[in-house]
Amino acid sequence: MTQAGLEIQIVAAIVAAACALPGVFLVLRRMSLMSDAISHSILPGIVLGFFIAHETTHPLVIGFAALSGVAAVALTEAVFRTGLVKEDAAIGLIFPMLFSVGVILITKFARNVHIDVDTVLLGELAFAPLNRLNLLGIELPRGIWTMGLVLLINLVLIGLLYKELKLATFDPALAAALGFSPVMLHYGLMTMVSVTAVGAFDHVGSVLVVALMIAPPAAAYLLTDRLSRMLILSVGIGVISAISGYWVARIFDTNISGAMATMTGVVFLIVLLFAPERGLIAKARRRGEQRRRFAAEMLVVHLSVHEGTPAEATENTIEHLTGELNWQQAFAQMAIAEAKSAGLIEPSSGRLHLTQQGRQVASAAISR
Amino acid sequence: MNILELLTLMFTDYTLRTVALGSAVLGIVSGTLSTFAVLRKQSLLGDAMSHAALPGIVIAFLITGLKTPLVLMVGAMIAGWLGALLVINVTAHTRIKQDAALGMVLAVFFGFGMMLLSWLQHQNIASQAGLDKFLFGRAAALVTEDVLTMAGVGAVALICIGLFWKEFKLLSFDPEYAATLGFPVRKLDILLTTLIVIAVVVGLQAVGVVLMSAMIVAPGAAARQWTDRLGRMVLLSALFGATAGVGGAMISSLTENLPTGPMIVMLISGIVLISLLFAPNRGLVWTYFRQQRNSRRLRTAAVLETLYEMASHHGDPQRAHSLKSLRAAIAGRGVLYTLEQLAAQGLVRSDGDNWALTASGVEQAMQIVNAAPGHMQEALS
Repeated sequence: MTQAGLEIQIVAAIVAAACALPGVFLVLRRMSLMSDAISHSILPGIVLGFFIAHETTHPLVIGFAALSGVAAVALTEAVFRTGLVKEDAAIGLIFPMLFSVGVILITKFARNVHIDVDTVLLGELAFAPLNRLNLLGIELPRGIWTMGLVLLINLVLIGLLYKELKLATFDPALAAALGFSPVMLHYGLMTMVSVTAVGAFDHVGSVLVVALMIAPPAAAYLLTDRLSRMLILSVGIGVISAISGYWVARIFDTNISGAMATMTGVVFLIVLLFAPERGLIAKARRRGEQRRRFAAEMLVVHLSVHEGTPAEATENTIEHLTGELNWQQAFAQMAIAEAKSAGLIEPSSGRLHLTQQGRQVASAAISR
Repeated sequence: MNILELLTLMFTDYTLRTVALGSAVLGIVSGTLSTFAVLRKQSLLGDAMSHAALPGIVIAFLITGLKTPLVLMVGAMIAGWLGALLVINVTAHTRIKQDAALGMVLAVFFGFGMMLLSWLQHQNIASQAGLDKFLFGRAAALVTEDVLTMAGVGAVALICIGLFWKEFKLLSFDPEYAATLGFPVRKLDILLTTLIVIAVVVGLQAVGVVLMSAMIVAPGAAARQWTDRLGRMVLLSALFGATAGVGGAMISSLTENLPTGPMIVMLISGIVLISLLFAPNRGLVWTYFRQQRNSRRLRTAAVLETLYEMASHHGDPQRAHSLKSLRAAIAGRGVLYTLEQLAAQGLVRSDGDNWALTASGVEQAMQIVNAAPGHMQEALS
């Protein structure tokens, strides 16, 4: 691994971490698509700032772009508040318009310059090591400095406002009643998303910002109930996706941020399948267990109802289950196997007999 | 060139005609489906589906080696459908909410598509050039075959809408009632979603993946402002879509280096803005003027009534009262202004600081009082 390769991975990891943090709150507040809207809406701000500053990483660019993002949020709310358009339609109206303005500005006036239409969507991480900045005597890729700063700001903000954010996210009514301004928190969060999107834009483009803000927190959401753990897990999952994405891109000679976006999806799918408790496999297993237990209970209840009656001889045979009760053969076998392994019945000479434990389970089930 | 020349060229020049037709088809199909998407709050589904279509397009090319529009459209449809399926299942079986599912499908599929595209470009296969026109659209590159395919696929979608019109109407406005009537709501839902995916796919060549979502939201949102009836909404929506499509395609074809997608989106956004402002009844400008008119009427009635009641206490309905006392008795601002307006209409007269009803003013006031008796007297007694 070359130094350039290492630096790219570090930048990617920092971007992932910086995006995951506000992403957690977006996912929890059901505002995931605001990340899409904002990352598209910052484009005209970037272009305008670029016209003035003539380089893409000037603070003016970041300022204009962040403003552009927040303006998009404000416009969306203004449109929504007219009462003429529903919320989802309002989002879907504003950001394509802003993005189009940006694209038109670029293609008409900035065609031959650094900003290119493809870069807008995907960034160009491969160039990260080339753009270096020397601060405090240490020379590092500019990306590490800028995104590192963004990450630091996000950490500090979330750290300082942790309790307020937590309350406002899970119980907005109480938060409002206690005097925290939900509007301020909302716009604060949107500003954080904007600034992060702007900082990340140059490296990874609009699309990956969305992927990094939504997929790792969504995966973390499947793994835990605690906000603090969700934050840590999101960052971890984001970093893993970023670095594995880099290696996939290396191996297949393809665009890095596209690969990283893909990996966020892959990691999410893995978590979706294998998460303990909430994963699909765990759920399927639990459902299977419940079904077997219920079948055994039904069997035991049936046996106990007919125990000691004259019909017992016929009712307690295995054929009776499939014949009279209309159970499927497989179901009947499963019920018998489960009940036997739980020690609830004893089969002997083609008939099923309850054990003491079986009788207890049956009477508990009947009285429930 | 001026508009007339442009319009003539649109019919005579092969390229422009093709472009215009293709964009018109796109506009009509997406406009029609847009109404339903907006009514059913599925606006952002279009966004996710259009981004998700990208890997489908690239893979279709990879598998078949063809770039014929039908092949690419089928690829886009399959990918879009897969995305929709994922969104529905993840939302149904986990605690992930729909917005997060949509966002993930959108970004991950699109990123995957870009990854494939970039891999393809590095392979130096000559024939893959031009796949990236699906990003922002290039209506200028439409040929007759493209337009025919778009029209064909679009026609299928529109025929479906026609066949199932009543069902979709019911589904959009009252799905529970539809269920109680025995309609297969789930199947209809899936059908309508599929049609929306088809609309997205038809438009991809002209508008591109990134901006197609606007064509699924904006025409419907604009049309909604002008009417409450579904049939008219659909027609208007299709008209708006076609206008924006043709207009945007024309402008971008005649300008250098301007991709079609952004131009079309700007036009349809303009149409939405005009609709939001000027549509009768709902339009903001109309609402503003209506509110002004209403508050003026209320103020006028309040002033006349107050003058009448206050004067009646003294037995003479035309007795004058000072401006100060009137201001104290009437809530709100603009008392003097209203008095001056009424004076201009001959309903009150003044001598400097005191204002009194004229004979016709008394008549008006009595009408108002008799129409809503009781409350002013109670307030003043």
